[in-house]
Amino acid sequence: MNAVGLNEVLRHPGVWRRASTSAPTLRTLASGCAELDALLPGGGWPVGALSEILLSQDGLGELSLLMPALAELTRRRRRVVFVAPPYVPYAPALQEHGVDLSQVTQIEASGGDSYWGTEQCLRSGGCGAVLCWLPKSDYAQLRRLQLAAETGGSLGFVFRPAAAAQAASPSGLRLLVDSDGATTRIEVLKCRGGFDTRRDTRLRWSR
Amino acid sequence: MLWACLHFSTLPLSAVFGELAASSQPCALYEGPRQRPLIFQANAAALAQGAKPGLTVAAARALCAKLDLRRREPDAERHGLQLLATWAYHYSAQVSLAEPDSLYLEVGASLTLFKGWPQLCSRLQQELQLLGYAGHRLGVAPVAAAARVLALNHDRIALRRLPMMLQALDPIPLHSCGLPATAAAQLQGMGFRRLGELWRLPRQELARRIGPENLLWLDQLRGIAAEMLPLYQPPDSFGRRIELDGLIESWQALLFPLRRLVRELGLFLQVRDSGVQTFELRLEHEDHATTRVPVNLSSVQREADALYEFCRGRLERVAIPAPVSAIALVAAGLAPFRPGHRDLFEPARCQGLDWPDLTERLRSRLGDEALRGLACVADHRPERAWRFTAVDTATTKPAATRSPSATKSTAKTRNTQDSKPVWPGAKRSSAETHAAAARLRSAQVPNAARPLWLLARPIPLRQPLAQILAGPERIETGWWDGDDARRDYYIVRCANGQRAWAYLPAGEDSGWMLHGWFA
Repeated sequence: MNAVGLNEVLRHPGVWRRASTSAPTLRTLASGCAELDALLPGGGWPVGALSEILLSQDGLGELSLLMPALAELTRRRRRVVFVAPPYVPYAPALQEHGVDLSQVTQIEASGGDSYWGTEQCLRSGGCGAVLCWLPKSDYAQLRRLQLAAETGGSLGFVFRPAAAAQAASPSGLRLLVDSDGATTRIEVLKCRGGFDTRRDTRLRWSR
Repeated sequence: MLWACLHFSTLPLSAVFGELAASSQPCALYEGPRQRPLIFQANAAALAQGAKPGLTVAAARALCAKLDLRRREPDAERHGLQLLATWAYHYSAQVSLAEPDSLYLEVGASLTLFKGWPQLCSRLQQELQLLGYAGHRLGVAPVAAAARVLALNHDRIALRRLPMMLQALDPIPLHSCGLPATAAAQLQGMGFRRLGELWRLPRQELARRIGPENLLWLDQLRGIAAEMLPLYQPPDSFGRRIELDGLIESWQALLFPLRRLVRELGLFLQVRDSGVQTFELRLEHEDHATTRVPVNLSSVQREADALYEFCRGRLERVAIPAPVSAIALVAAGLAPFRPGHRDLFEPARCQGLDWPDLTERLRSRLGDEALRGLACVADHRPERAWRFTAVDTATTKPAATRSPSATKSTAKTRNTQDSKPVWPGAKRSSAETHAAAARLRSAQVPNAARPLWLLARPIPLRQPLAQILAGPERIETGWWDGDDARRDYYIVRCANGQRAWAYLPAGEDSGWMLHGWFA
């Protein structure tokens, strides 16, 4: 292909260049945590996209990362749905974080049904945020969820084991959450809107 | 008054065969004594092969080997006509059933609404085509009886004025003017052929010969005597049963009759301008008690497509104990239907307007119990401080007044941490409350004393402990209900960085039990 042809291809609006300085405008919802917002392009959780949170183990504060955003959504009377959580979301703690419990719904499902349920919730547009726990999931399934989130314009959060960090993923945002024993570390593995070389991708998060 | 008469000559076939009657499959109905049943009616495909009404069943079989023969079902015909009346109720408040196969509806009053007769007529015909009654006949006249006679003799005739109607009735042959066959034969024996000839006869003479009731009929036909039409009133409940052709063992095969049932329900609900929230599917078996599948929706629904999806989801999860011989749908209590309203200026579909639809879809596949809300309970024991609630599908709710339970429970326990600020009174305005809530939250969150994950039941803590971050918080309660709890709760950090909510039995220093994760 000659150079003129290549330039034409690069001018196409669908082509994104990592080096480009003008990041596409993203719809985001502030995470409520200034350090994290600084880390994320657009300054918050991407709306209408799937955000993956990869965990080395439970109890690292991964859920409280989301809490300010969820509280904000419930205050705006948007639904927050937990699909097949591994433990009981503890109502008094949610309330302490400012989440309006009347807007929280938990869906019991297993296996394929939890995918189906998540996809339905994301696609419908009736939910502000959908949180799901998918220990085993492949690219095609995540792709479906990502498309559903784009259709419905909801925030989708998928919690997966850290082992999945090496695998390719269609999610709009991927965060790796692990711990060095004392503090929780958050690393942005992938984000839409481009890596800014001046921006940090790692964060030590003391709760 | 302007009456339209719809005459459904193929009603017996359609009632028994449904959509099959209009297909290329030869179908025929028979009736009569068991020893010698005769063909009563046949569809076009059967007629083309020579299976005419009046033949014996054996002769029809000989002519057409693939003929689908079924017995005539007057009950199904009556039901079919009822259904058509329900449909016609869309177009007129005055609908009358003329059994066995005709329907009158008063169209004069609604002509303006439907922008004139040609528009209304084409709409009626289109909808009847969809309902599977393409082969109907239609007549319109100021007198209902005359509309029927005209429909039978000239299809698609519409006469608005009485003189024109009388003119059209004149040449109608006597055998098809609605008079009983004996009276018609008698008149024909006297040399009369057409209806118009009767009207020139002296009334008394005519009454003596054919009887006063037949004279009344002729008077009604001309619009001289008043007609008494029993008006149709839509029933208050819906019940419909379909007998299946054979025994069906799988739920997939039930979907076809189910779709038909639900479509009829949808039509019925639309006409009644109501919706349905609870109804029941009944699967009848030959030698087994009827399987009842209750369908409880969380909101009132009306659309046939949506109802079908919900029924289907529930049917999928039903274990069918024996082959099914009939399926029925019974909706006893109808609920007033309030269509969801949307904001004109709402740019996107949001604010949970799609939430009721979504919950129905989820419930129908995952089960009624799969969707739950969460609520706080005023109890100090962590495992009792919350509960599941039934999920509510309301789209907008008044601002929830925050229950003081969470704050109270921590305040009452012997808390060694900084004491929680007490929630201010609920009488403030909501904006003020939100602002106050935000202030309080920012003060609280760093020291949130309750974990976001609670284990369903405490388990021994396996990870090695690195540090105790807070505690103890003594929870000592429940002696009155036999579930006594005496525990010292700590927030601990495990060696691998996990933050856990763990407790020790009160007063002891070993035997860590894990009760939650600060996720």
